[in-house]
Amino acid sequence: MERELKVSREEVIFRLDHVTKIFGKKENAVKAVDDVSLEIEKGEIFGMIGMSGAGKSTLVRTLNGLESVTSGKVFFEGKDLTELKKKELLKIRQSIGMIFQHFNLLGQRNAVLNVELPMKIAGIPKAERHAKALEMLKIVGLESKEKAYPSELSGGQKQRLAIARALAMEPKVLLCDEATSALDPGITLEILDLLKDINEKTGITIVIITHEMDVVEKICDRVAILDYGRLQEVGKVGDIFTSPKSEAAKRLVYPARDTANPFYMTDRRCFRVAFDGHSSRETIICDLVSETGEKVNILAANTKSVGGIGYGQMIIEIPETEEGAALVLDYFKRRGVFVEEVIDRKAGAEEKKEAV
Amino acid sequence: MHITQTIAKGFLETLEMTGVATAVAYIMGLPLGVLLAVTGKNGIAENRPVSFLLGSILNIARSIPFLILLVMLIPFTRLIVGTSLGTEATIVPLTVGTIPIVARMVEQSLHEVNPGVIEAAQAMGAGNLRIVKEVLIPEAGPSLLMGVSINIATVLGYSAMAGFVGGGGLGDIAIQYGYYRYETDILLITVAMLVIIVQFLQSFGERLTVKIRH
Repeated sequence: MERELKVSREEVIFRLDHVTKIFGKKENAVKAVDDVSLEIEKGEIFGMIGMSGAGKSTLVRTLNGLESVTSGKVFFEGKDLTELKKKELLKIRQSIGMIFQHFNLLGQRNAVLNVELPMKIAGIPKAERHAKALEMLKIVGLESKEKAYPSELSGGQKQRLAIARALAMEPKVLLCDEATSALDPGITLEILDLLKDINEKTGITIVIITHEMDVVEKICDRVAILDYGRLQEVGKVGDIFTSPKSEAAKRLVYPARDTANPFYMTDRRCFRVAFDGHSSRETIICDLVSETGEKVNILAANTKSVGGIGYGQMIIEIPETEEGAALVLDYFKRRGVFVEEVIDRKAGAEEKKEAV
Repeated sequence: MHITQTIAKGFLETLEMTGVATAVAYIMGLPLGVLLAVTGKNGIAENRPVSFLLGSILNIARSIPFLILLVMLIPFTRLIVGTSLGTEATIVPLTVGTIPIVARMVEQSLHEVNPGVIEAAQAMGAGNLRIVKEVLIPEAGPSLLMGVSINIATVLGYSAMAGFVGGGGLGDIAIQYGYYRYETDILLITVAMLVIIVQFLQSFGERLTVKIRH
């Protein structure tokens, strides 16, 4: 588990300190979150990823107190949320916006009234909140839909409305619970672009819960990988992609299992090679063959854009001979390309449960 | 035309009994329904003992047949209205008998509200009272309205039994003239009128519900 060193305490907006959440009692007890400690920096886009049941939805709800913790502490801007009275917690929630997988809009109210709701709760007078609501609708591109009801909106529009509502009180953080899981891939990208744009313009901290690595790779700065309620790994997205350390991370990052993919059927030693945009432009494999004379077999490869930078990975079968293998390894190290032997063939071998 | 006046009077009495009894039953039953919903399982103010107690009392009240309730409440009715006979007096047992039904239906309507929307309101910092006022009741609106339309029709049906205690209304006429005096034509007319009123209320309720549902 990696811990990032913070430059100063003020930069941390959330701190989770050995948070555990148990549901049920005795024999039926389920540890949804198991001793998770992490810090989220102000202004970053922080991802939390894991398969269904990994505990991420429960974990994000401890950030605004929608779920109480069984043990441990949750600090928001230095305040211990677990010690607050209900009234104080409600006040703090006005600084934490949240959007959901199924939007959760008020169906019997039109768009502008939906956006006004958090302000109504905060006691802001009608004229002021109406004006602000219209402004928010404009920011998310829904100004023409002011009087429309949620049932008249498309999925993408609903989520944009939800974002307008969540940001109406100008919160310091936006929590996104599987916010794009119910949307088409194209619309997902639109929403992620919108979130990225808002983060860049306002510096708001965004916490993204998802089970799709693509979402994390698209906009997150850092990511925490959860599995069975435990924190498996946390770090910069680029670093985790290049060199995933934990089981869970490898499963997410390695190329997806494919029946035609021979990687899972070969007995020979395999290496995983990962490179960022700089080295992927060069003719790595070609030069390998001409420089070392050794031939390698590419079993799997893919490229992705991680935070706007092109990353690539390949699983290659290396030469049978010790010297050949050493030459190849040496070559990659010289070229500054990350290389690691794939010891555990199961890593990446399980079906990745991508969003349907 | 003595009989026409009698029927007209009966019609107005029926409307009065139905209208007042339903209105008061909702004034008392709506808060009880809200209480049941919020203290029930997974409610925003979950309190199993309270919800169990309230639920049990309402279940008992609901189980008493209306005519027996009518008789049981005679002392109470006398206290409130001064008499146990007539239209106003009948409103008392009508109301009391309808309150538990209203409460249960309101509870049901509130339960149908999407829990995700309630969670979103909590995430916005809304307290329980605020959630009831801004989320639960408005979102349950169409369902509540449908409930009103069903309850009015039920109360109307019960009001017809007022005849057995000299309560007036169309039901009374049906019983006095149709049953006791075998004047079948009057019986048919009054029953037909009752049916028409119920039909009208039901379809009006349905159309209004469709109109306000978004």
